[in-house]
Amino acid sequence: MTALANLPNGATEIQPLLRIKNLRKSFGTVEVLKGVSLELRAGEVVSIIGASGSGKSTFLRCVNVLETPDSGTFDYGGHSFDFSDRKRQPTGRELRDLRASVGMVFQSYNLWPHKSVIDNIIEAPIRVKGVARREALATGEALLQRIGLFEKRHAYPSHLSGGQQQRVAIVRALAMSPKVMLFDEVTSALDPELVGEVLSLMAALAGEGMTMLVVTHEIGFAREVSTRTVFFDGGQIAEDGASRDVLANPKSDRLRQFLQRVLHDTSLRAAGEPQ
Amino acid sequence: MSLQEWITDFARYVPGFINAAWIVLLLTVVSIVISWICGLLAALGKASKLTPLRYISSFYVWFVRGTPTLIQIFIVYFGLPQVGIRLSPFVAGVIALGVNSGAYVAEIIRSGLSAIPKGQMESSLALGMSRFDAMTRIILPQVFRIIIPSLTNEAITSLKNTSLLSTITVVELTLYAQMIIASTFRPFDFYIASAIVYLVMTSVLSQISAHLERGYSKLY
Repeated sequence: MTALANLPNGATEIQPLLRIKNLRKSFGTVEVLKGVSLELRAGEVVSIIGASGSGKSTFLRCVNVLETPDSGTFDYGGHSFDFSDRKRQPTGRELRDLRASVGMVFQSYNLWPHKSVIDNIIEAPIRVKGVARREALATGEALLQRIGLFEKRHAYPSHLSGGQQQRVAIVRALAMSPKVMLFDEVTSALDPELVGEVLSLMAALAGEGMTMLVVTHEIGFAREVSTRTVFFDGGQIAEDGASRDVLANPKSDRLRQFLQRVLHDTSLRAAGEPQ
Repeated sequence: MSLQEWITDFARYVPGFINAAWIVLLLTVVSIVISWICGLLAALGKASKLTPLRYISSFYVWFVRGTPTLIQIFIVYFGLPQVGIRLSPFVAGVIALGVNSGAYVAEIIRSGLSAIPKGQMESSLALGMSRFDAMTRIILPQVFRIIIPSLTNEAITSLKNTSLLSTITVVELTLYAQMIIASTFRPFDFYIASAIVYLVMTSVLSQISAHLERGYSKLY
Protein backbone atom coordinates (compact mmCIF):
# COMPACT_ATOMS: atom_id res chain seq x y z
CA MET A 1 0.00 0.00 0.00
CA THR A 2 1.44 3.31 -1.06
CA ALA A 3 0.56 5.25 2.07
CA LEU A 4 2.51 2.89 4.25
CA ALA A 5 5.44 1.92 2.08
CA ASN A 6 9.02 2.94 2.73
CA LEU A 7 8.69 3.70 6.38
CA PRO A 8 12.01 3.69 8.17
CA ASN A 9 12.25 1.03 10.82
CA GLY A 10 15.75 0.98 12.16
CA ALA A 11 16.18 4.72 11.81
CA THR A 12 15.23 5.60 15.38
CA GLU A 13 18.65 6.84 16.42
CA ILE A 14 18.77 9.75 14.00
CA GLN A 15 17.04 13.14 14.34
CA PRO A 16 13.55 12.93 15.80
CA LEU A 17 10.74 13.43 13.32
CA LEU A 18 9.11 15.97 15.57
CA ARG A 19 10.56 17.89 18.48
CA ILE A 20 8.28 20.00 20.65
CA LYS A 21 9.69 22.11 23.41
CA ASN A 22 8.03 23.95 26.26
CA LEU A 23 4.58 24.20 24.75
CA ARG A 24 2.20 26.48 26.60
CA LYS A 25 -1.44 27.17 25.96
CA SER A 26 -4.11 29.02 27.92
CA PHE A 27 -7.79 29.41 27.32
CA GLY A 28 -8.71 32.69 28.96
CA THR A 29 -7.20 32.55 32.44
CA VAL A 30 -6.92 28.76 32.52
CA GLU A 31 -3.49 27.45 31.62
CA VAL A 32 -4.14 24.10 29.96
CA LEU A 33 -0.59 23.29 28.89
CA LYS A 34 2.17 24.32 31.25
CA GLY A 35 5.32 23.71 29.27
CA VAL A 36 5.12 20.37 27.51
CA SER A 37 8.14 18.92 25.70
CA LEU A 38 8.02 15.80 23.58
CA GLU A 39 10.18 14.20 20.94
CA LEU A 40 8.75 11.78 18.46
CA ARG A 41 10.95 9.47 16.41
CA ALA A 42 9.96 7.86 13.15
CA GLY A 43 8.13 4.58 13.74
CA GLU A 44 7.30 5.33 17.35
CA VAL A 45 3.79 4.71 18.63
CA VAL A 46 3.19 6.93 21.63
CA SER A 47 0.06 6.65 23.75
CA ILE A 48 -0.98 9.71 25.69
CA ILE A 49 -3.09 8.95 28.76
CA GLY A 50 -4.44 11.09 31.55
CA ALA A 51 -7.63 12.29 33.20
CA SER A 52 -9.97 14.52 31.26
CA GLY A 53 -8.85 18.12 31.57
CA SER A 54 -5.21 17.09 31.88
CA GLY A 55 -4.44 18.82 28.55
CA LYS A 56 -3.76 15.74 26.43
CA SER A 57 -6.30 16.55 23.71
CA THR A 58 -5.25 20.19 23.62
CA PHE A 59 -1.67 19.05 23.23
CA LEU A 60 -2.58 16.83 20.30
CA ARG A 61 -4.52 19.68 18.67
CA CYS A 62 -1.49 21.92 19.10
CA VAL A 63 0.67 19.43 17.21
CA ASN A 64 -1.11 20.23 13.93
CA VAL A 65 -1.89 23.75 15.13
CA LEU A 66 -5.67 23.41 15.22
CA GLU A 67 -4.99 25.26 18.44
CA THR A 68 -2.25 27.85 18.21
CA PRO A 69 0.15 27.48 21.13
CA ASP A 70 0.89 30.64 23.13
CA SER A 71 4.55 29.76 23.22
CA GLY A 72 6.91 26.90 22.59
CA THR A 73 9.06 25.66 19.74
CA PHE A 74 8.46 23.09 17.10
CA ASP A 75 10.98 21.31 14.91
CA TYR A 76 9.36 19.41 12.11
CA GLY A 77 10.14 18.57 8.52
CA GLY A 78 13.15 20.89 8.29
CA HIS A 79 11.22 23.81 9.75
CA SER A 80 11.76 25.43 13.08
CA PHE A 81 8.84 27.36 14.51
CA ASP A 82 8.66 29.48 17.63
CA PHE A 83 5.16 30.42 18.67
CA SER A 84 6.23 33.17 21.04
CA ASP A 85 8.03 34.95 18.19
CA ARG A 86 5.71 36.48 15.61
CA LYS A 87 8.32 36.23 12.90
CA ARG A 88 8.95 32.54 13.46
CA GLN A 89 5.36 31.38 13.50
CA PRO A 90 4.33 29.19 10.59
CA THR A 91 2.93 31.07 7.59
CA GLY A 92 -0.36 29.98 6.07
CA ARG A 93 1.50 27.97 3.46
CA GLU A 94 3.76 26.27 6.01
CA LEU A 95 0.75 25.50 8.18
CA ARG A 96 -1.06 23.78 5.33
CA ASP A 97 2.07 21.81 4.41
CA LEU A 98 2.49 20.69 7.99
CA ARG A 99 -1.13 19.61 8.27
CA ALA A 100 -1.01 17.83 4.92
CA SER A 101 1.74 15.57 6.25
CA VAL A 102 0.26 15.09 9.73
CA GLY A 103 -2.92 13.00 9.63
CA MET A 104 -5.52 13.54 12.31
CA VAL A 105 -8.45 11.37 13.37
CA PHE A 106 -11.11 12.81 15.66
CA GLN A 107 -13.35 11.40 18.35
CA SER A 108 -16.47 12.27 16.34
CA TYR A 109 -15.10 11.02 12.97
CA ASN A 110 -15.94 14.33 11.24
CA LEU A 111 -16.53 12.76 7.88
CA TRP A 112 -18.23 15.12 5.44
CA PRO A 113 -21.88 14.03 5.30
CA HIS A 114 -22.56 15.46 1.84
CA LYS A 115 -19.82 13.45 0.17
CA SER A 116 -19.69 9.73 -0.49
CA VAL A 117 -17.05 7.60 1.21
CA ILE A 118 -14.72 7.67 -1.78
CA ASP A 119 -15.21 11.42 -2.29
CA ASN A 120 -14.33 11.98 1.36
CA ILE A 121 -11.09 10.14 0.73
CA ILE A 122 -9.99 11.71 -2.55
CA GLU A 123 -10.94 15.32 -1.78
CA ALA A 124 -7.76 16.35 0.03
CA PRO A 125 -5.26 14.44 -2.14
CA ILE A 126 -6.73 16.15 -5.21
CA ARG A 127 -7.27 19.62 -3.72
CA VAL A 128 -4.26 19.87 -1.46
CA LYS A 129 -1.58 17.69 -3.06
CA GLY A 130 -2.69 18.09 -6.65
CA VAL A 131 -2.85 14.33 -7.21
CA ALA A 132 -4.61 13.35 -10.45
CA ARG A 133 -8.17 12.19 -9.90
CA ARG A 134 -7.55 8.76 -11.41
CA GLU A 135 -4.57 8.19 -9.17
CA ALA A 136 -6.40 9.43 -6.07
CA LEU A 137 -9.26 7.06 -6.86
CA ALA A 138 -6.90 4.12 -7.23
CA THR A 139 -5.22 4.87 -3.90
CA GLY A 140 -8.56 5.43 -2.18
CA GLU A 141 -10.07 2.25 -3.51
CA ALA A 142 -7.02 0.23 -2.51
CA LEU A 143 -7.26 1.63 1.02
CA LEU A 144 -10.97 0.78 1.16
CA GLN A 145 -10.25 -2.76 -0.06
CA ARG A 146 -7.83 -3.12 2.74
CA ILE A 147 -10.33 -2.22 5.46
CA GLY A 148 -13.05 -4.25 3.79
CA LEU A 149 -15.25 -1.28 2.88
CA PHE A 150 -14.74 -1.21 -0.87
CA GLU A 151 -18.40 -2.12 -1.40
CA LYS A 152 -19.38 1.00 0.55
CA ARG A 153 -17.36 3.42 -1.55
CA HIS A 154 -20.41 5.17 -2.98
CA ALA A 155 -22.37 5.17 0.28
CA TYR A 156 -22.80 8.33 2.33
CA PRO A 157 -21.30 8.38 5.83
CA SER A 158 -24.73 8.41 7.48
CA HIS A 159 -25.34 4.92 6.09
CA LEU A 160 -22.29 3.51 7.87
CA SER A 161 -21.91 2.31 11.44
CA GLY A 162 -19.78 4.35 13.81
CA GLY A 163 -16.92 1.88 13.54
CA GLN A 164 -17.06 1.96 9.75
CA GLN A 165 -17.14 5.76 9.73
CA GLN A 166 -14.14 5.94 12.01
CA ARG A 167 -12.19 3.50 9.84
CA VAL A 168 -13.05 5.59 6.78
CA ALA A 169 -11.84 8.66 8.67
CA ILE A 170 -8.53 6.89 9.34
CA VAL A 171 -8.23 5.94 5.69
CA ARG A 172 -9.07 9.49 4.63
CA ALA A 173 -6.07 10.68 6.63
CA LEU A 174 -3.88 7.87 5.27
CA ALA A 175 -4.71 8.83 1.70
CA MET A 176 -2.51 11.90 2.20
CA SER A 177 0.49 9.62 2.91
CA PRO A 178 1.16 11.32 6.25
CA LYS A 179 4.43 11.05 8.13
CA VAL A 180 2.66 11.11 11.48
CA MET A 181 -0.85 10.14 12.51
CA LEU A 182 -2.62 11.79 15.43
CA PHE A 183 -5.53 9.98 17.08
CA ASP A 184 -7.74 11.97 19.44
CA GLU A 185 -9.76 9.54 21.58
CA VAL A 186 -10.99 7.90 18.41
CA THR A 187 -12.89 5.09 20.12
CA SER A 188 -14.59 7.14 22.84
CA ALA A 189 -17.74 7.84 20.82
CA LEU A 190 -18.15 4.25 19.64
CA ASP A 191 -20.46 1.57 20.92
CA PRO A 192 -18.35 -0.97 22.86
CA GLU A 193 -18.79 -3.70 20.26
CA LEU A 194 -17.37 -1.41 17.53
CA VAL A 195 -14.22 -0.40 19.40
CA GLY A 196 -12.34 -3.53 18.42
CA GLU A 197 -12.42 -3.02 14.65
CA VAL A 198 -10.96 0.47 14.98
CA LEU A 199 -8.28 -0.55 17.46
CA SER A 200 -7.19 -3.47 15.31
CA LEU A 201 -6.81 -1.17 12.29
CA MET A 202 -4.66 1.12 14.41
CA ALA A 203 -2.63 -1.84 15.64
CA ALA A 204 -2.09 -2.93 12.04
CA LEU A 205 -0.84 0.54 11.13
CA ALA A 206 1.50 0.52 14.09
CA GLY A 207 2.78 -2.86 12.97
CA GLU A 208 3.64 -1.40 9.58
CA GLY A 209 5.81 1.24 11.15
CA MET A 210 3.49 4.26 11.05
CA THR A 211 4.51 6.97 13.47
CA MET A 212 1.56 7.56 15.78
CA LEU A 213 0.54 9.84 18.62
CA VAL A 214 -2.52 8.39 20.29
CA VAL A 215 -4.61 10.10 22.95
CA THR A 216 -6.57 7.23 24.43
CA HIS A 217 -8.45 5.79 27.35
CA GLU A 218 -7.78 2.26 26.12
CA ILE A 219 -5.06 1.13 28.50
CA GLY A 220 -4.96 -2.22 26.73
CA PHE A 221 -4.03 -0.49 23.49
CA ALA A 222 -1.37 1.57 25.24
CA ARG A 223 0.17 -1.54 26.77
CA GLU A 224 -0.07 -3.92 23.82
CA VAL A 225 0.47 -1.64 20.82
CA SER A 226 2.28 1.53 21.76
CA THR A 227 6.01 1.55 22.25
CA ARG A 228 5.89 4.46 24.65
CA THR A 229 3.32 5.88 27.02
CA VAL A 230 3.10 9.43 28.25
CA PHE A 231 1.01 10.36 31.27
CA PHE A 232 -0.42 13.87 31.32
CA ASP A 233 -1.31 15.41 34.65
CA GLY A 234 -2.35 19.02 35.21
CA GLY A 235 -1.08 20.27 31.86
CA GLN A 236 2.32 18.66 32.17
CA ILE A 237 3.94 15.37 31.30
CA ALA A 238 4.18 13.52 34.59
CA GLU A 239 5.58 10.23 33.30
CA ASP A 240 7.13 9.21 30.02
CA GLY A 241 8.67 5.88 29.19
CA ALA A 242 8.33 2.44 27.62
CA SER A 243 4.67 1.47 27.81
CA ARG A 244 5.24 -1.68 29.85
CA ASP A 245 7.33 0.18 32.45
CA VAL A 246 5.01 3.14 32.78
CA LEU A 247 1.86 1.05 33.02
CA ALA A 248 3.23 -1.80 35.12
CA ASN A 249 5.32 0.27 37.51
CA PRO A 250 3.83 3.73 37.82
CA LYS A 251 6.21 6.01 39.69
CA SER A 252 3.66 8.55 40.88
CA ASP A 253 0.55 8.12 43.04
CA ARG A 254 -1.40 10.14 40.50
CA LEU A 255 -0.77 7.62 37.73
CA ARG A 256 -1.43 4.68 40.08
CA GLN A 257 -4.80 6.19 41.05
CA PHE A 258 -5.61 7.00 37.45
CA LEU A 259 -4.86 3.46 36.28
CA GLN A 260 -6.91 1.97 39.08
CA ARG A 261 -9.87 4.14 38.14
CA VAL A 262 -9.63 3.39 34.42
CA LEU A 263 -9.08 -0.34 34.85
CA HIS A 264 -11.99 -0.51 37.27
CA ASP A 265 -14.28 1.16 34.69
CA THR A 266 -13.08 -1.19 31.99
CA SER A 267 -13.72 -4.31 34.04
CA LEU A 268 -17.18 -3.02 34.91
CA ARG A 269 -17.87 -2.56 31.24
CA ALA A 270 -16.54 -6.00 30.43
CA ALA A 271 -18.83 -7.45 33.08
CA GLY A 272 -21.75 -5.75 31.37
CA GLU A 273 -22.69 -3.57 34.31
CA PRO A 274 -24.05 -0.07 33.73
CA GLN A 275 -21.37 2.60 33.94
CA MET B 1 -72.09 43.33 -20.07
CA SER B 2 -72.48 39.73 -21.10
CA LEU B 3 -69.97 37.10 -20.02
CA GLN B 4 -68.87 36.80 -23.65
CA GLU B 5 -68.03 40.52 -23.83
CA TRP B 6 -66.33 40.39 -20.46
CA ILE B 7 -64.05 37.57 -21.59
CA THR B 8 -63.06 39.16 -24.93
CA ASP B 9 -62.43 42.43 -23.16
CA PHE B 10 -60.27 40.67 -20.59
CA ALA B 11 -58.42 38.69 -23.27
CA ARG B 12 -57.14 41.94 -24.78
CA TYR B 13 -54.96 42.43 -21.72
CA VAL B 14 -53.52 38.91 -21.49
CA PRO B 15 -50.40 39.61 -23.57
CA GLY B 16 -49.78 42.70 -21.46
CA PHE B 17 -50.09 40.65 -18.28
CA ILE B 18 -47.67 38.05 -19.60
CA ASN B 19 -45.20 40.80 -20.41
CA ALA B 20 -45.56 42.31 -16.97
CA ALA B 21 -45.10 38.88 -15.40
CA TRP B 22 -41.87 38.49 -17.35
CA ILE B 23 -40.64 41.77 -15.94
CA VAL B 24 -41.49 40.55 -12.43
CA LEU B 25 -39.59 37.33 -13.06
CA LEU B 26 -36.57 39.20 -14.38
CA LEU B 27 -36.58 41.63 -11.45
CA THR B 28 -36.84 38.72 -9.03
CA VAL B 29 -34.07 36.63 -10.56
CA VAL B 30 -31.61 39.52 -10.76
CA SER B 31 -32.38 40.73 -7.25
CA ILE B 32 -32.03 37.18 -5.88
CA VAL B 33 -28.58 36.90 -7.45
CA ILE B 34 -27.61 40.25 -5.92
CA SER B 35 -29.06 39.24 -2.56
CA TRP B 36 -27.10 35.97 -2.44
CA ILE B 37 -23.86 37.77 -3.19
CA CYS B 38 -24.55 40.50 -0.61
CA GLY B 39 -25.83 37.94 1.89
CA LEU B 40 -22.85 35.64 1.55
CA LEU B 41 -20.37 38.50 1.84
CA ALA B 42 -22.14 39.92 4.88
CA ALA B 43 -22.45 36.52 6.57
CA LEU B 44 -18.76 35.80 6.05
CA GLY B 45 -17.95 39.37 7.06
CA LYS B 46 -19.80 38.92 10.32
CA ALA B 47 -17.85 35.72 11.00
CA SER B 48 -14.55 37.34 9.99
CA LYS B 49 -11.60 37.89 12.29
CA LEU B 50 -11.15 41.40 10.86
CA THR B 51 -12.97 43.90 13.03
CA PRO B 52 -13.75 46.48 10.29
CA LEU B 53 -15.40 43.77 8.16
CA ARG B 54 -17.48 42.67 11.13
CA TYR B 55 -18.61 46.25 11.77
CA ILE B 56 -19.49 46.96 8.14
CA SER B 57 -21.45 43.73 7.83
CA SER B 58 -23.31 44.29 11.08
CA PHE B 59 -24.15 47.86 10.10
CA TYR B 60 -25.48 46.73 6.73
CA VAL B 61 -27.76 44.10 8.24
CA TRP B 62 -28.87 46.43 11.03
CA PHE B 63 -29.67 49.31 8.67
CA VAL B 64 -31.55 47.28 6.08
CA ARG B 65 -33.60 45.29 8.55
CA GLY B 66 -34.47 48.36 10.57
CA THR B 67 -35.78 50.59 7.75
CA PRO B 68 -38.76 50.19 5.39
CA THR B 69 -38.05 48.62 2.02
CA LEU B 70 -39.91 51.44 0.30
CA ILE B 71 -37.62 54.04 1.84
CA GLN B 72 -34.59 52.05 0.67
CA ILE B 73 -36.01 51.99 -2.87
CA PHE B 74 -36.57 55.77 -2.74
CA ILE B 75 -33.04 56.34 -1.48
CA VAL B 76 -31.59 54.45 -4.43
CA TYR B 77 -33.87 55.88 -7.11
CA PHE B 78 -34.59 59.42 -5.92
CA GLY B 79 -31.72 59.93 -3.47
CA LEU B 80 -28.65 58.78 -5.39
CA PRO B 81 -29.12 61.23 -8.32
CA GLN B 82 -28.52 64.03 -5.83
CA VAL B 83 -24.98 62.73 -5.35
CA GLY B 84 -24.53 62.23 -9.07
CA ILE B 85 -25.55 58.56 -9.46
CA ARG B 86 -28.41 58.32 -11.93
CA LEU B 87 -29.93 54.88 -12.47
CA SER B 88 -32.77 53.68 -14.64
CA PRO B 89 -35.90 52.62 -12.71
CA PHE B 90 -35.20 48.97 -13.47
CA VAL B 91 -31.56 49.06 -12.35
CA ALA B 92 -32.31 51.13 -9.26
CA GLY B 93 -35.13 48.72 -8.48
CA VAL B 94 -33.12 45.49 -8.64
CA ILE B 95 -30.25 47.02 -6.70
CA ALA B 96 -32.56 48.23 -3.95
CA LEU B 97 -34.41 44.92 -3.74
CA GLY B 98 -31.23 42.84 -3.97
CA VAL B 99 -29.40 44.80 -1.30
CA ASN B 100 -32.50 44.72 0.88
CA SER B 101 -32.99 40.99 0.60
CA GLY B 102 -29.23 40.43 1.05
CA ALA B 103 -29.45 41.48 4.69
CA TYR B 104 -32.04 38.80 5.36
CA VAL B 105 -30.08 36.24 3.35
CA ALA B 106 -27.03 37.10 5.48
CA GLU B 107 -28.92 36.17 8.63
CA ILE B 108 -30.17 32.95 7.00
CA ILE B 109 -26.64 31.94 5.99
CA ARG B 110 -25.31 32.86 9.43
CA SER B 111 -27.83 30.58 11.11
CA GLY B 112 -26.96 27.85 8.60
CA LEU B 113 -23.24 28.25 9.32
CA SER B 114 -23.83 27.94 13.05
CA ALA B 115 -25.67 24.67 12.48
CA ILE B 116 -22.59 23.00 10.97
CA PRO B 117 -20.49 21.23 13.63
CA LYS B 118 -17.07 22.77 14.25
CA GLY B 119 -15.50 19.42 13.43
CA GLN B 120 -16.33 19.86 9.74
CA MET B 121 -14.02 22.85 9.41
CA GLU B 122 -11.41 21.22 11.65
CA SER B 123 -11.24 17.98 9.70
CA SER B 124 -10.85 20.00 6.48
CA LEU B 125 -8.05 22.14 7.91
CA ALA B 126 -6.41 19.06 9.44
CA LEU B 127 -6.06 17.62 5.94
CA GLY B 128 -4.21 20.72 4.80
CA MET B 129 -7.09 22.46 3.04
CA SER B 130 -7.17 26.24 2.94
CA ARG B 131 -10.01 28.03 4.74
CA PHE B 132 -11.37 29.08 1.38
CA ASP B 133 -11.46 25.52 0.03
CA ALA B 134 -12.94 24.25 3.27
CA MET B 135 -15.67 26.89 3.03
CA THR B 136 -16.55 26.42 -0.61
CA ARG B 137 -16.13 22.64 -0.83
CA ILE B 138 -17.18 21.40 2.59
CA ILE B 139 -19.08 23.95 4.65
CA LEU B 140 -21.23 25.99 2.25
CA PRO B 141 -22.67 23.01 0.35
CA GLN B 142 -23.91 21.67 3.68
CA VAL B 143 -25.22 25.09 4.68
CA PHE B 144 -27.06 25.44 1.39
CA ARG B 145 -28.96 22.24 1.96
CA ILE B 146 -30.13 23.35 5.39
CA ILE B 147 -31.23 26.80 4.32
CA ILE B 148 -33.16 25.96 1.12
CA PRO B 149 -36.55 26.44 2.84
CA SER B 150 -35.56 29.80 4.33
CA LEU B 151 -34.01 30.95 1.07
CA THR B 152 -37.25 30.06 -0.69
CA ASN B 153 -39.25 32.16 1.74
CA GLU B 154 -36.89 35.02 1.13
CA ALA B 155 -37.13 34.59 -2.65
CA ILE B 156 -40.92 34.69 -2.41
CA THR B 157 -40.70 37.87 -0.36
CA SER B 158 -38.43 39.38 -3.00
CA LEU B 159 -40.87 38.45 -5.72
CA LYS B 160 -43.74 40.12 -3.90
CA ASN B 161 -41.61 43.15 -3.09
CA THR B 162 -41.17 43.84 -6.79
CA SER B 163 -44.66 45.36 -6.64
CA LEU B 164 -43.13 48.20 -4.60
CA LEU B 165 -41.18 49.15 -7.70
CA SER B 166 -44.43 50.41 -9.25
CA THR B 167 -43.76 53.53 -7.20
CA ILE B 168 -40.59 54.29 -9.17
CA THR B 169 -42.23 53.73 -12.58
CA VAL B 170 -41.00 50.20 -13.29
CA VAL B 171 -43.82 48.81 -15.41
CA GLU B 172 -44.20 45.48 -13.64
CA LEU B 173 -47.40 43.69 -12.78
CA THR B 174 -48.75 46.11 -10.21
CA LEU B 175 -48.15 49.27 -12.22
CA TYR B 176 -49.51 47.57 -15.34
CA ALA B 177 -52.70 46.66 -13.47
CA GLN B 178 -53.02 50.24 -12.24
CA MET B 179 -52.64 51.54 -15.77
CA ILE B 180 -55.39 49.28 -17.11
CA ILE B 181 -57.62 50.13 -14.18
CA ALA B 182 -57.14 53.83 -14.87
CA SER B 183 -58.68 53.35 -18.32
CA THR B 184 -61.25 50.61 -17.58
CA PHE B 185 -62.36 51.56 -14.05
CA ARG B 186 -62.49 47.87 -13.11
CA PRO B 187 -60.16 47.66 -10.10
CA PHE B 188 -61.70 44.50 -8.67
CA ASP B 189 -61.19 42.45 -11.84
CA PHE B 190 -57.68 43.52 -12.56
CA TYR B 191 -56.27 43.55 -9.04
CA ILE B 192 -57.64 40.03 -8.59
CA ALA B 193 -56.14 39.05 -11.95
CA SER B 194 -52.72 40.37 -10.97
CA ALA B 195 -52.97 38.66 -7.58
CA ILE B 196 -53.57 35.37 -9.38
CA VAL B 197 -50.50 35.90 -11.56
CA TYR B 198 -48.38 36.58 -8.44
CA LEU B 199 -49.83 33.48 -6.83
CA VAL B 200 -48.90 31.30 -9.79
CA MET B 201 -45.32 32.56 -9.74
CA THR B 202 -44.82 32.14 -5.98
CA SER B 203 -46.32 28.65 -6.18
CA VAL B 204 -43.88 27.67 -8.91
CA LEU B 205 -41.01 28.93 -6.70
CA SER B 206 -42.23 26.79 -3.79
CA GLN B 207 -42.44 23.77 -6.05
CA ILE B 208 -38.89 24.22 -7.30
CA SER B 209 -37.65 24.49 -3.73
CA ALA B 210 -39.58 21.42 -2.57
CA HIS B 211 -38.13 19.52 -5.50
CA LEU B 212 -34.57 20.57 -4.57
CA GLU B 213 -35.13 19.59 -0.96
CA ARG B 214 -36.41 16.15 -1.94
CA GLY B 215 -33.43 15.63 -4.24
CA TYR B 216 -31.02 16.44 -1.43
CA SER B 217 -32.74 14.33 1.20
CA LYS B 218 -32.48 11.30 -1.08
CA LEU B 219 -28.71 11.80 -1.17
CA TYR B 220 -27.79 11.75 2.48
